[in-house]
Amino acid sequence: MNERAGGQRPPLNEKLRRALSPTGNTGDAIFRAAMFAVALLMVLIVMAMILALASHSRLSIRQFGFGFLTNREWNPIKDQFGALAFIYGTIVSSLIALVISVPLSLGIAIFLVEQAPHYLSRPITFLVELLAAIPSVVYGVWGIFVLAPFLRVHVDPQLARWFGWLPLFQGPITGIGLLTGGIILAIMVTPIISAVVRDVLSAVPNTQREAALALGATKWETTLVVLVNGAPGIAGAVILGLGRAIGETMAVTMVIGNRPEISLSLFQPSYTLASVIANEFTEATADIYLSSLIELGLILFFVTFVVNAIARLLVWRVTRKTAGVGMAA
Amino acid sequence: MSLSKTITLTLAAVLALTLAACGNNATGGDIRLQGAGATFPNPLYQKWVSEYGKQHTNVKIDYQSVGSGAGIKQIKERTVDFGASDSPMKDEDLKAAPGEILHIPTVLGAVVITYNLGGVAQPLRFAPDVIADIFLGKLKKWSDARIKADNAGVTLPDTDITVVHRSDGSGTSAVFTDYLSKVSPEWKEKVGAGTSPNWPTGIGGKGNEGVTGQVKQTPNTIGYVELAYAVQNKLPAALIKNKTGSFVEPTIDAVTAAAAGSLANTPEDLRVSITDAAGPTAYPISSYTYILAYKAQTDQIKGKTLVDFLWWGIHDGEKFAKDLQYAPLPEEIIKRAETKINSMTAGGQPLR
Repeated sequence: MNERAGGQRPPLNEKLRRALSPTGNTGDAIFRAAMFAVALLMVLIVMAMILALASHSRLSIRQFGFGFLTNREWNPIKDQFGALAFIYGTIVSSLIALVISVPLSLGIAIFLVEQAPHYLSRPITFLVELLAAIPSVVYGVWGIFVLAPFLRVHVDPQLARWFGWLPLFQGPITGIGLLTGGIILAIMVTPIISAVVRDVLSAVPNTQREAALALGATKWETTLVVLVNGAPGIAGAVILGLGRAIGETMAVTMVIGNRPEISLSLFQPSYTLASVIANEFTEATADIYLSSLIELGLILFFVTFVVNAIARLLVWRVTRKTAGVGMAA
Repeated sequence: MSLSKTITLTLAAVLALTLAACGNNATGGDIRLQGAGATFPNPLYQKWVSEYGKQHTNVKIDYQSVGSGAGIKQIKERTVDFGASDSPMKDEDLKAAPGEILHIPTVLGAVVITYNLGGVAQPLRFAPDVIADIFLGKLKKWSDARIKADNAGVTLPDTDITVVHRSDGSGTSAVFTDYLSKVSPEWKEKVGAGTSPNWPTGIGGKGNEGVTGQVKQTPNTIGYVELAYAVQNKLPAALIKNKTGSFVEPTIDAVTAAAAGSLANTPEDLRVSITDAAGPTAYPISSYTYILAYKAQTDQIKGKTLVDFLWWGIHDGEKFAKDLQYAPLPEEIIKRAETKINSMTAGGQPLR
């Protein structure tokens, strides 16, 4: 969503560059130093977090080593700790969320940018952004009381009936499980992805559309050209959504079933990294138990960190490209 | 320059006010006690704190319900004046603490088996081995002959049982798995007892409200919640067959009876599990909840305040228990807790 400034970025950059350039003015020097300190603080905070997580998970890293990542057993009573089931649950629930939310978000964004009249696009944009601001625990409660029963009665039995030959849709149906977790995540990340994609599409120069139309392209073909132009930015938006899905805690834990288990069936309960930390932290008394939970945090931190870095890189690429064309809207 | 002057002056004023406020606290004679731990007795402890505060206006007690595990951790690290835990501290935790920690029982609680079976009006009855096998995932159908055997006249559906358990680390899970470990050797060997056991089957709900939500929303489920929560939300509660063979309804009196029935094997330090207790009226999935405090207090004034508060709690405080759905301590245990409180000292001097 912060890509809304994308179009105005070049002038802002220039202003900054002017302010940063050493002109011999004392005010400028102070300003520069202050800004540098703020930026440095951010870096220090990230470094401090990694250091703290790493040092507090030392015990577990030393005891379990690399096996922590490949062991699927999580049994605090017997001091057996492995992260694999949580990593699996995190990734699969996030992937389900993307499979559902990406087409949905693309559709919303294309409608808003390419087709909707002004009197419609404004209120719809507002509503979509409003969805992004709802606290996740509200989604979770809605998930337990509305979504899960609805899926159990109307959706899951149909999936089992028509696609039951796939291992994905087998086993008992409770309405609580990996699929429900993925769907609630999809509903949560759709506003984020569609808002960013909308900004990316608006940043695609109008010359592209005009050129396509001039060559005799239909509306649909023109939209395709716009999508291809915005592809890296769209990928960035998707990865931002993925980042949110991976780190989401409350809403997921309320509907995913919370069992550290790796099962092919999407109807079965599962567990995510963020959820298990939130659930078990308060009662973790043994040192090795606490240390293992913190190591889960470290793993989660790295996954989120990498995902966000990739997103930044892609978004940066698309904005630079359109700025190069010099037709930023 | 005038702007920065104003800022400096404002900062100075704020600092002065803050210091004055702190000074007031120290000289005004307010005694502050900090406690942290179990969430289960939190409503009762908040009631105690507010009632005690009305009678002793210079005493400010702050109890934070951060969980039994965190309570044990904080008392071990001496970051609080008293801790609280649903299950007694383990021997190795006691050894790791910098001083001798006393367990003062305050009230009792229980775990209730609840379920969602459409069309079943009368409460179900369960034998211990049946509960264990359901939660082990071995007994899969509601129409199983072993469930039917104890529930004559109840029409049980031929559907799969879905188990719902707590997903967050919890004293409720610890009490329930402690019970299952006592009544089922297979449970003891495969799963064991603890705040976050590795459940063989079922789906996890966060907190009592999460379990209740999933049981209420999903037909043919079975789960467990604490007694107070089940009563307040009018959940169906199963009768459990106890050690003497009678089916007991989870009530406050049945929980106190379980404590009374366990007196014979309650050790001197009061650290005891009272699940599967003896006595015809004892409800078998019951437990104490404790306040944890150092026997040798470091601060004479604070120590004296804590001792007075605990003494008040196990005497005057007990009368608030029933209203909040906690079972009060049996007489004999109050006497033993008195001895514990009387043994507390500061600088070698007794505090009572």
